[in-house]
Amino acid sequence: MTKRLFAILSVLVLASMLIAACGSKAPAAATYTCTDALGCVTIGPSDPVHIAYWGVLSGADSSLGEDSKRGVEIAIDDMGGKFQNHSILLTTEDALCTPEGGATAATKLATDTSIVGLIGSSCSDETVGGIATLTKAGLTTISPSNTRPVLTSPDRGPDYAGYLRTAHSDAFQGKAVAEFAYNYLKVTKAATLHDGSTYAQALQQVFADEFKKLGGTIVAQEAVAKDATDMKPVLTTIAAAGPEFLYYPVFVAVGGFVTAQVRDVAGLENVKLAGSDGIFTADLLKAGGPNTKGMYLSSPDFSAFTGDYAGFIAKHKAKYGGSTLSTFHAHAYDATNILFAALTKVAVVEADGTIYVPRQALRDAIYATKDFKGITGNLTCSQYGDCGAPVIAVYEIMNSDPASWNPSDATNPNPKKIWP
Amino acid sequence: MRTSFGERLLDLAVSGFLWGFRILIVLVVVLGTFLTIRAGKYTGEQWIDFVVFGISQGSIYALIALGYTMVYGILRMINFAHGEIFMSGAFGGYFIATWLTVSGFMDKYPALGFVIAILSGMLVSTLIALLVERIAYRPLRGAPRLVPLISAIGASFFLQYTFRGFFGPGVYAYPSITALDGEWMFFGVGVLKVQIIVAIAAFVMMGILYSIVMFTKIGKAMRAVSEDKDVAALMGIDVNRIIVSTFALGAAMAGAAGVLYALTYRQINFFTGFTPGIKAFTAAVLGGIGNIPGAMVGGLVLGIVESVGPALFLDSLGIPRPYQLKDAIAYIMLVMILLFRPSGILGERVSKKA
Repeated sequence: MTKRLFAILSVLVLASMLIAACGSKAPAAATYTCTDALGCVTIGPSDPVHIAYWGVLSGADSSLGEDSKRGVEIAIDDMGGKFQNHSILLTTEDALCTPEGGATAATKLATDTSIVGLIGSSCSDETVGGIATLTKAGLTTISPSNTRPVLTSPDRGPDYAGYLRTAHSDAFQGKAVAEFAYNYLKVTKAATLHDGSTYAQALQQVFADEFKKLGGTIVAQEAVAKDATDMKPVLTTIAAAGPEFLYYPVFVAVGGFVTAQVRDVAGLENVKLAGSDGIFTADLLKAGGPNTKGMYLSSPDFSAFTGDYAGFIAKHKAKYGGSTLSTFHAHAYDATNILFAALTKVAVVEADGTIYVPRQALRDAIYATKDFKGITGNLTCSQYGDCGAPVIAVYEIMNSDPASWNPSDATNPNPKKIWP
Repeated sequence: MRTSFGERLLDLAVSGFLWGFRILIVLVVVLGTFLTIRAGKYTGEQWIDFVVFGISQGSIYALIALGYTMVYGILRMINFAHGEIFMSGAFGGYFIATWLTVSGFMDKYPALGFVIAILSGMLVSTLIALLVERIAYRPLRGAPRLVPLISAIGASFFLQYTFRGFFGPGVYAYPSITALDGEWMFFGVGVLKVQIIVAIAAFVMMGILYSIVMFTKIGKAMRAVSEDKDVAALMGIDVNRIIVSTFALGAAMAGAAGVLYALTYRQINFFTGFTPGIKAFTAAVLGGIGNIPGAMVGGLVLGIVESVGPALFLDSLGIPRPYQLKDAIAYIMLVMILLFRPSGILGERVSKKA
C-alpha cells in the first residue's frame, strides 16, 4: 500500500516538475544575458516587481514596524503602485525584534528569488541576526529604523555589504540626549538602564560616554532581561546611587514597566525620565500609564525635515486615519524611494516588458545615492551604508492619554518638541 | 554489580564536579553577601523594600504554582497551559476592572470592586481550564505520559494565539485603582499599599485552598485520588469529577494570581502568561512538586531570592548588570535545591506507583 502510494507520488512530482520546466522555458526569447556578479532577477512581462519589508509586526513593539511599513506603502502609492507598467508587490515578514526572528525572516526571504530589494529591519537585533543571510543571497536591504552605530561603521565586516540605512546612527542620538540632559536640564548625575538589546546597550553607552565628556557623572548603569516585569528591585539599586536623571532607551515592554513602577521606588519620586526613539509611540503611554506625563523622548526632529513632511502626513491621515504610530515612517518612505530610484537606473527593460535587474549593479546604485531629495533631508549614502541626515530633537510628553498622541499636530502636539 | 575501573572513575569525576559546583555557589553567595553588607550601599529601608517586592512577586508565583502542583499530584502530568490560564484570568479581570473603574464603582466601593475583579478573573480562568481539560487532556487520560504533555504545550500555544487573535498583539494597561495608590507606614518604613494587599489576598486564597484540600469531603477525595486513582475509584469516588475539580481549583488560583499580577505591574498582553508560568513551575519543583505547602514555600522563596539576590550577592562581586542574571539566579537555585534535596524543599510523598 505504502509502496504504491510512493510510486504514485513520485510520478506526480516528476510530472509537475516537467510541466513547470516546460511552462517557464517556452515563452522566453531572451536577448539580454546576465553578466552581473550576483546574478539577475528576471521579471516576466506579466509578473509584478516584488519587494519585501521585514521588521517587527507583532508583540509589544509592533507599532515600530507597522509605522515603517506604512511609509513603504505610501511610497508605493505615490508611484501609482506601478514600476515600468508592472504592478509592485510588497510582501512582509515579521522579524519579532529579536536576532532569532531576524535570522528566520532573512532565511525565508533569501529563498524567494523573485525579490528585487528589501526595506528593513526595524530593530538592530533583527539586522544582526539576518543580514549575513541576505547579503549572501545577493539581496540589499535599506533599514528605516536601525540606529545601532556599528551597523554602518568602517569595521562592520563584509556581511554588511547588502545593508544601508536611512535612520540616524545612535552616535548622534546618544550625544544629543547627553547634551540635552547636561545643558538644558542642568543635571549632573545620571543613571542608565537597558534591556540587553543591541540597540539599547549601545545607545546608553554612547550617552554615558558623552555625558561624562560634558562633565557629568554616571552613577549607575544597570540592565534587565527583555522579558522582565518586576523593575522595582533594579530601580531600588539605581535609587541607592542617587541619580537626578534616568535614561532608558529601551523598547516598549521594558519601557512601560519601568515607567509604571519608577515612582513607587523610594528615592526616584522626582527623578527626570528619558527614553529614545524605540519608545516614541503611543504604546508607551498605554503601557506606562500616568507616569509618562513629563517624560522626555529623543527622536528624529520632524521640524528639521527638508522635504514635504506635511504632505506625507496628509496622505497618511487619508489612508490610515489617526496619528502616525512611531517615528520612522518618513525614513521608510525615503528608503523605498531610494530603492526604486536605483532600480530605475539599473533595470533593463525588454521590448516585451520583461525586466532584468542585475543584483550587484542595483546594490552599487543604491550606495551611489547622492543628494537624493527625500522627506527627511538631502540624502547621500556613505560607502558604509549610512544614508541618513541625522537631526535629533527631544520631545516632552504633555499628556499621558494614548488618544492624545499626535507629534505632528500643528497647535497641540503631544509629545511636543522642546529641544533644541 | 560489576563496575569497571573506568565507570568508577567517571562516577568519581561526576560527584567531584557536583561537590565543586555546590561549594562554588555557596562561596559566591557567602562572599558576595559579606562584601555587600560591608560596602553598606543600601539602607535598611531599601533592604526591607527588596524583601517586600520579593514577597509580593513570590506570592503570585505561589498562587500559580499551586495549579501545577495539584494537577501533578493527581495526574502525574505537567499542565504547561497553566501560564495561559493565568493570562486569561488577567484578561478577564481587565475588562471587569476597567468597566468598574470607568463607571465610578471602583472609587465608591474599592474593596467590593477589588473582590469582583478577582472573582471575575477566577471565573474566566476556571472556565477555560475546564474546557482545556475536557478537550485536550481527558481524551488522552490513558495514553503514555508524554502524550498529554505535548497536548498541553499545544493547548498553551492555542490559547496564546487565540487571545492574540481576539485582543491583538499590543499591551493593555490595567486601570489604576486610586484606593491602591500610595503607601502605608510600618514603623517608619513606607510600604506600597498594592504590594501589601496583593500579598494578603494571595495568602487568603492559599488559606482557602488549603482548607478545602484538608478539611472538606472533596478535598479528602482529591487526596485519595492522588494517592491511588484505582483504589479511590473502587471506594466509590468519582475520579473524573475529582480531576475536574482539581483543575478548577488550580485554575481559580491562577485566575486570582492573574488579576493580582496585573494590579501590581499594570500591563498585560497575550504573552503575559509565559514567563510567570515557567517561573511558577520552577517554584513548584523547588518546593517539591505534588506538595501543596511546598508550592507556597517555593513561590515565596523564588520571589524573594529573585528580588534580593542580585543586590545581595552579585552586586559587590563586581559583576556588571546583575539584574540581567535574575533568571540565572532563580534557575541555579533550582539546580542547587535539586542537588541537595532532590525531592524539593518540602519533599513529595512519592507514591509507590510512580
